[in-house]
Amino acid sequence: MRYIPTTPEEREHMLRVIGVRSVEDLFADVPEAVRLRRPLRLRPALSDPEVVRLLRSLADHNGHADRLTCFAGAGAYDHFIPPAVWQLVGRGEFLTAYTPYQAEIMQGELQATYEYQTMVCELLGMEVANASMYDGASALGEAVVMARDLTRRDRVVLSQAVHPEYRQVVRTYTEPLGIRVVEWRHESGLTPPDPRAVDGSTAAVVVQHPNFFGCLEDVRAWAELAHGAGALLVVACADPLAFGLLEPPGTLGADIVAAEGQPLGNPLNFGGPYLGIVATREQFVRRMPGRLVGATVDRHGRRGFVLTLQTREQHIRREKATSNICTNEALNALAAAVYLSLLGPQGVRQVAELCVRKAHYLKSRIAELPGFHLAFPGPTFHEFVVRTPRSGEALVRALAREGFLGGVPLGRFYRGFRDALLVCVTESRTREEMDTFVAALERAVRRGRRAVGGRV
Amino acid sequence: MRADFPLIFERSVPGRRGFGLPAPDVPSVPLEQLVPPGALRSRPPALPEVSELDVVRHYTQLSHRNFSIDEGFYPLGSCTMKYNPKLHEEVARLPGFARLHPYTPEELVQGALRLLWELGEELRELAGMDAVTFQPAAGAHGELVGLLMVRAYFASRGERRTRVIVPDSAHGTNPATAAMVGYEVVTVRSDSRGNLDLAALEEQLDHRTAALMLTNPNTLGLFEEHVDRIAERVHAVGAQMYLDGANFNAMVGVTRPGDQGFDVMHMNLHKTFSTPHGGGGPGAGVVAVKAHLEPFLPVPVVVREGDRYRLDFDRPQSIGRVRAFYGNFANLVRAYAYVRSLGAEGLRAVAEHAVLHANYVRARLAPYYEIPYPRVCKHEFVASGVRQKKRDGVTTKDIAKRLLDYGFHAPTVYFPLIVEEAIMVEPTETESLQTLDAFVEAMIAIDRECREDPEKVRTAPHTTPVGRLDEVRAARHPDLRWKPS
Amino acid sequence: MYPQDYRYSSEHEWAKREDGRVRVGITRFAADRLTDVVYVELPPVGTEVHFMQPFGVVESVKAASELYAPVSGRVVEVNQRLRDHPELVNQDPHGEGWMIVVELADPTELDRLMDAEAYRRHIGEA
Repeated sequence: MRYIPTTPEEREHMLRVIGVRSVEDLFADVPEAVRLRRPLRLRPALSDPEVVRLLRSLADHNGHADRLTCFAGAGAYDHFIPPAVWQLVGRGEFLTAYTPYQAEIMQGELQATYEYQTMVCELLGMEVANASMYDGASALGEAVVMARDLTRRDRVVLSQAVHPEYRQVVRTYTEPLGIRVVEWRHESGLTPPDPRAVDGSTAAVVVQHPNFFGCLEDVRAWAELAHGAGALLVVACADPLAFGLLEPPGTLGADIVAAEGQPLGNPLNFGGPYLGIVATREQFVRRMPGRLVGATVDRHGRRGFVLTLQTREQHIRREKATSNICTNEALNALAAAVYLSLLGPQGVRQVAELCVRKAHYLKSRIAELPGFHLAFPGPTFHEFVVRTPRSGEALVRALAREGFLGGVPLGRFYRGFRDALLVCVTESRTREEMDTFVAALERAVRRGRRAVGGRV
Repeated sequence: MRADFPLIFERSVPGRRGFGLPAPDVPSVPLEQLVPPGALRSRPPALPEVSELDVVRHYTQLSHRNFSIDEGFYPLGSCTMKYNPKLHEEVARLPGFARLHPYTPEELVQGALRLLWELGEELRELAGMDAVTFQPAAGAHGELVGLLMVRAYFASRGERRTRVIVPDSAHGTNPATAAMVGYEVVTVRSDSRGNLDLAALEEQLDHRTAALMLTNPNTLGLFEEHVDRIAERVHAVGAQMYLDGANFNAMVGVTRPGDQGFDVMHMNLHKTFSTPHGGGGPGAGVVAVKAHLEPFLPVPVVVREGDRYRLDFDRPQSIGRVRAFYGNFANLVRAYAYVRSLGAEGLRAVAEHAVLHANYVRARLAPYYEIPYPRVCKHEFVASGVRQKKRDGVTTKDIAKRLLDYGFHAPTVYFPLIVEEAIMVEPTETESLQTLDAFVEAMIAIDRECREDPEKVRTAPHTTPVGRLDEVRAARHPDLRWKPS
Repeated sequence: MYPQDYRYSSEHEWAKREDGRVRVGITRFAADRLTDVVYVELPPVGTEVHFMQPFGVVESVKAASELYAPVSGRVVEVNQRLRDHPELVNQDPHGEGWMIVVELADPTELDRLMDAEAYRRHIGEA
């Protein structure tokens, strides 16, 4: 039997020591009425080579980013991952370890997490960060609940320019707790600060920066507005590499940041596992969900690291816990730390700058194409919205046939945006790829016009 | 304080680079034209400046200060620390999975969707359930989804139910989840045999009850002998049966949650289905439900139409989303490879051997450590360090720390809360008789040390990279990040 | 050990009458069971507390316990020293480790609490 080392003789020996005749005796307390008395109807077991063959075949039936040059973002980004990241993170000592509850033999994981917490704070300009949550969307849900707990108010203003799936998750987390979420409309791709948005019952204002459309929100002004009304500012972020170049949310006045860490050394992986980053001010740390690693000393005065402030967590506080989270995304956080270590301050700046420059180039080239224009004025980071002469979905399909994942069609997320694409350019895209992409766009439109009725 | 081992920041030298990037290949434009100067970062982040070799050495050395399944025995009760097959690492890394963007059009992700569909079919059969969702990133996330679905179910029937019942032995995530969903938590005690006390349950069951959350086998490692009667009573008041599937390793192929009367359950793929724990995550929590709860599943749901697979977003009664995208896909690939490797016989053998190994260790330890519930256990059992505490003044914590000196990871300690000085041992089916015996010998040796040299145990560990750490200081004066001077 | 002039609640808080006010803390028994206190969460001055309702939290490394008000009234003083020196709760729980002072709303509530003798019986000492 696969992965079970026990031989029939060893089995007999164990049964004798236990004092029963057969393995069946060990299940005697399972009521007969619930015993499964037929074989499981599962697919036949495969040998290792057969498993590899099958999985390869399933993998081959996918249009991945080595086949379709990736111009899609929207919460999942094709940044270059230095090979050292997964060579290190994939080591069995990290991969097959458990949560570091026995600190003395897990100093590796604990120290790496302490370092990760530090790097996240530095990148986001915040004072304290937790050891990770599931993803950016659920991190945002938990951040909103945290803001409610801190202010004891139950109204939240949520910018419509926050990632649509993040907003859905915020609703799922807040609805059972009676927290009212008010969505604030975007105008021209932005949600500019509006005093009508906040009042004395507002726990938090939530904006994404750079937002879902790639545009840069006026975070500073929102911070002032929120604080003036006694509310907190929660900033969501789908690609924290932006802050290699841009002023980070902490410096702009954010009280809680909920970010997606996938862009930091984690593969696209068809949407998961990703990395939820939560960071906040020191004064709020006791209300922050998730694990925290702290530095301390051992009985010989040596520096060491432990999980700390655990009394916030479910295994101690139970129904009074700040969250129910137990398992997190530790390995993905480790990958982020290794990635940030390799890049350093100059590296993250360089990546961010390349993103901006390349995105600008593609933006200008597409804007020149007949039938296309930029949806929103104003500066963007590495994503931008293009109004298209054909439906976004049809265009993406046509572009796939030419070897591109052309962007994310916005029709299913925003009304009136059926003819629009969200296009992303990371540092991984070359000028040649972009020029070929533009030519493909042109062809796709010409072909579309020739289609019957002109509507595709 | 002395630091024997540097932080990566302490290895930093200004000007060192670990990574090379090409120069921009697009026409140069002044940066101020692209980004307003006020939006630019004023101070660079204090990330370490190190070479690639520095990074490789730092993390390699850190990895040597970690204990893992690849290194040794990890009998953590309720965690199911079974071997994580290397085969899974290879297939999870295939570019067709790892390099796949989640917003790739459906017709171009048929391989991925077919994998999810087939895994769903296999898990439904194992669970005895009708439908699954892969959205939850972990068990607790699955509990959240399950309870949100229960809540939506009652809302659809116009019924207002306000309470969730949990046993006193429940894992902390159960009451924490119930509170997140706005339920009041009611605790029911266990009886002297370690089963949920039926009479006590009856007292609490009424039309305010939304659900009973049970773990089976429970956190004492014991099968709930009256689970079918419990299900009857719970359904009689119209409430739902939720199974915390953390201990599913004891049941695969032997008895199915659906047949036991559960309406909804979560499975931890990082426990029963061998996906690696990664130092704390990522996991993957699958939620499986009976047909009456299917309409409330999170969106999207994977559906099959002929030989094509689709993501169905048109689900008006869905609870919505608990995360972006579809699930911890890379771990779903691993779990799929596991299920396809083992098949029906292999999976049933998992439960049989998990239970055999646990009972073997229990039988060998019984003369030395108190076993509060002397019944046949399932895949794990709970012992207690009370004898050593009373007789020698040595606590379970001390015993756990001393085990580290013997080269083992300690079992789970001080859980469940209803057992004093609890020691929860789960060997799993992937360990050999030799390993189990070595662990037992170590525990026997420690018991002897408790009697003959208790101070040695009380001040353990002695051979680990650091000694016992001052947790009080860490909590009183939190130092949660390195600060540049 | 347990001052005669204090009153005690079943949840292990003590109440010391100081004219129209009552000083509140947790007992030696509670402090010992918690082990090293790491943090005490107290309400701001001006908060209304209610008889046997939670008013704060005391945390040790391994547990977090609610603090229950032994009397009703308005909080007029909060022990700020506990912020930087939570260990005072363990060192001197009946003295320097005091937590809040409450403006007593209803003096008869003190009669509902235990005296030192009754409390010692309650914790199994007498």
